[in-house]
Amino acid sequence: MLSRTANSLYWIGRYVERAEFTAKLIEATIRLDALSARPAGQGAWDSALLVAAADQDFALTGETRTPLAISRYLTLSADNANSVRSCLDAARSNAKSVRTALSRDAWEAINRAWLGLRGRASTGGSQATLSLVEQIRAETRGFEGALHRMLRNEAYAFIGLGAAMERADNTARLIDVKYHLLLPEGEKVGGPIDRDQWTTILHTVSAVTAYRWLYSEGLKPWLVAELLCLRRELPRSLIASSEEAIGHLNAIGKRTGLQGEADRLARVRHNALERTTIDAIFNQGLHEWLTAFIRENTRIHSAIGQQFRFS
Amino acid sequence: MAGTGAFDEIRGTPGDPAGRPEFAELLQWIEDTPSSELDRRQKAAEAAFRQLGITFAVYGEDESAERIIPFDIVPRIFTGREWANLSEGLVQRVEAINAFLADIYGPRRILADKVVPEELILSNPQFRPMLAGAKPPHGVFAHICGIDLVRTGPDDFWVLEDNARTPSGVSYMLENREAMLRLCPELFEQFKVAPIDSYPDALLETLQSVSPRNQGAGATCVLLTPGHYNSAFYEHSFLADSMGIELVEAADLEVDDDKVWMRTIEGRVQVDVIYRRIDDDYLDPLVFRPDSLLGVPGIIAAYMAGNVALVNAPGTGIADDKAIYSYMPEIVRYYSGGDAKLPNVETYRCREADALRYTLDNLDKLVVKLVDGSGGYGMLVGPTATKAQIEDFRAALIAEPHRYIAQPTLALSTVPTLTDAGVAPRHVDFRPFVLSGAKGVTITPGGLTRVALREGSLVVNSSQGGGTKDSLILTGPEVRA
Repeated sequence: MLSRTANSLYWIGRYVERAEFTAKLIEATIRLDALSARPAGQGAWDSALLVAAADQDFALTGETRTPLAISRYLTLSADNANSVRSCLDAARSNAKSVRTALSRDAWEAINRAWLGLRGRASTGGSQATLSLVEQIRAETRGFEGALHRMLRNEAYAFIGLGAAMERADNTARLIDVKYHLLLPEGEKVGGPIDRDQWTTILHTVSAVTAYRWLYSEGLKPWLVAELLCLRRELPRSLIASSEEAIGHLNAIGKRTGLQGEADRLARVRHNALERTTIDAIFNQGLHEWLTAFIRENTRIHSAIGQQFRFS
Repeated sequence: MAGTGAFDEIRGTPGDPAGRPEFAELLQWIEDTPSSELDRRQKAAEAAFRQLGITFAVYGEDESAERIIPFDIVPRIFTGREWANLSEGLVQRVEAINAFLADIYGPRRILADKVVPEELILSNPQFRPMLAGAKPPHGVFAHICGIDLVRTGPDDFWVLEDNARTPSGVSYMLENREAMLRLCPELFEQFKVAPIDSYPDALLETLQSVSPRNQGAGATCVLLTPGHYNSAFYEHSFLADSMGIELVEAADLEVDDDKVWMRTIEGRVQVDVIYRRIDDDYLDPLVFRPDSLLGVPGIIAAYMAGNVALVNAPGTGIADDKAIYSYMPEIVRYYSGGDAKLPNVETYRCREADALRYTLDNLDKLVVKLVDGSGGYGMLVGPTATKAQIEDFRAALIAEPHRYIAQPTLALSTVPTLTDAGVAPRHVDFRPFVLSGAKGVTITPGGLTRVALREGSLVVNSSQGGGTKDSLILTGPEVRA
């Protein structure tokens, strides 16, 4: 496979995953906003910007932080390189240049998602935003379905690898920002934190029911953190994403004989995740632990690029 | 249905009561199917094209302005006998084109024998003097030719243009058929139609056959595209995909030791055959345009060293140059020893004083073309031009006569076509695709029919608003008759 093709496939995986995550983030934020009294609702939108790593860039637009302006910035703005639209544009552009590596279904799914946002200038009110978000999620699910039916070759593995790397990053940032934001100054970990806000986190990763299945207790922040960091049954958790990345790297290695630094780093990370517990993480400091995880994820990302001659 | 006075591919010659009995069933189908139903199917086909991304970009517009080429649901049909005659003529013509290219980049016998004026070749911008002496692998220059044909009567086919560089449109030939099979299956029950889906296999075999290392199916073939902003990118990816070969951009290739390599995740792989969809000028910045970022430095040296096959070979533009076109009957006779089975349209070379005088006196009746123009640009259609347009062309002709040729306006044949006002005749042309490999010439029984969608218009180019139709070649019993 051409190195350029591998690079584009990897980024298709990342961009589609990012688009879907952002869409779910908006959906969950609308929910939180509706549930909370002001100014907590405003805080929900601020934190959405933080989770999407778009806080500073939004400030540069000079717009007022209204729910409408923020949700438009995150969904449709062409100025925001990480908006859902920009992600789908980038995914589609990559997909177009490597069409031959995608199945027809997978290409059609990306193209359809992109067509669906074309010409949309405004999200409208929260009802319209929700239906837009639902449409985007349906399209990205369609892409995942199409992906599932692709040949299990390198193309499939590179897309999956990109998605797994992106998912690890998103989930880590989600926990970090929410935890940071929600935990008031001086508050003890595990103290009485607003349960709606923790529910919102679970909503963002579609894990509300999963939590009920896995834990018979009511909503406990440290259990939510454990679920998202260390429970491999949850596909969005850090450990599941880490495991998935290894699986894709293995598949590529098996087909091409290419293994290297990326494989090594990914295994080291996974072993560490397997050995740790949520108590150990809290003792070290959740924020510090997550920061280190995000940095490690970036290192693995760079190692992937080098290993497969992306540049 | 209003007549245009032109021969109609389905109805026959106007006023001839015999019509074309072999297509009576198709005529019945057109008449029996309500135009609302035809319209519904046509829209379904276009929606599918849109969804598949079978689009072309229009230069100067942004990516969201990608367009689909309008598709017309009423097919054009050839009888088996018509096709057999056409094929013979096409094989003869393409063999002559290849012999001509080998000659002028080699011994130049045809110039020594004064069949074609020497300065017309040697001073032609499409002639690549730096490639003199080049012997492409297995001697093939023009591996893929798209010969544009028009028809004016039952037995009157004319070659309008020989596209011997990188002819496009074959993906539409294949996708149009897919759409027709899905939307109008009843037609394929009524008519026995020659299948065209073997084209990608035939193309791959052609590519493999010219590999310098003769590895057959083991040859590494790639398709070189300028990238996904190119207007024909859909076709590039479609062809690479259907042949199962890599679609590469110049940055994916490098030349080392006069060999071409592609960069893969596993390291470098030697490339044997490059089906390039990049013009000569952009192929190699070391040889052609130094400012081009599209090209692969050193690729021409690798070609000259005989280590890679370029498809089509560089320099083939001289064979489809409009100034050379008028000599094609002589060229065919010179190399084949017989008269051209497919005639040229009568052509006035404005570089010749008599022809220029005639052209200037008859501008309102002629089509005048720039010899290096394409896509319908740089063209005067006398009968429909305004006075001002004619005077502009008159001035341009007097200033630089050698840049122009003129041809009579032909009464191009029509095919019934779905329009806003129901089914009505529209003018068409036809581009079959001719493959030349190490083992000879093959033609897939089909081609691209382009249709001028505006009433009375003769301009079929997609960049000028033309559409396409499926082209059915019959294999029914009448072939044996």
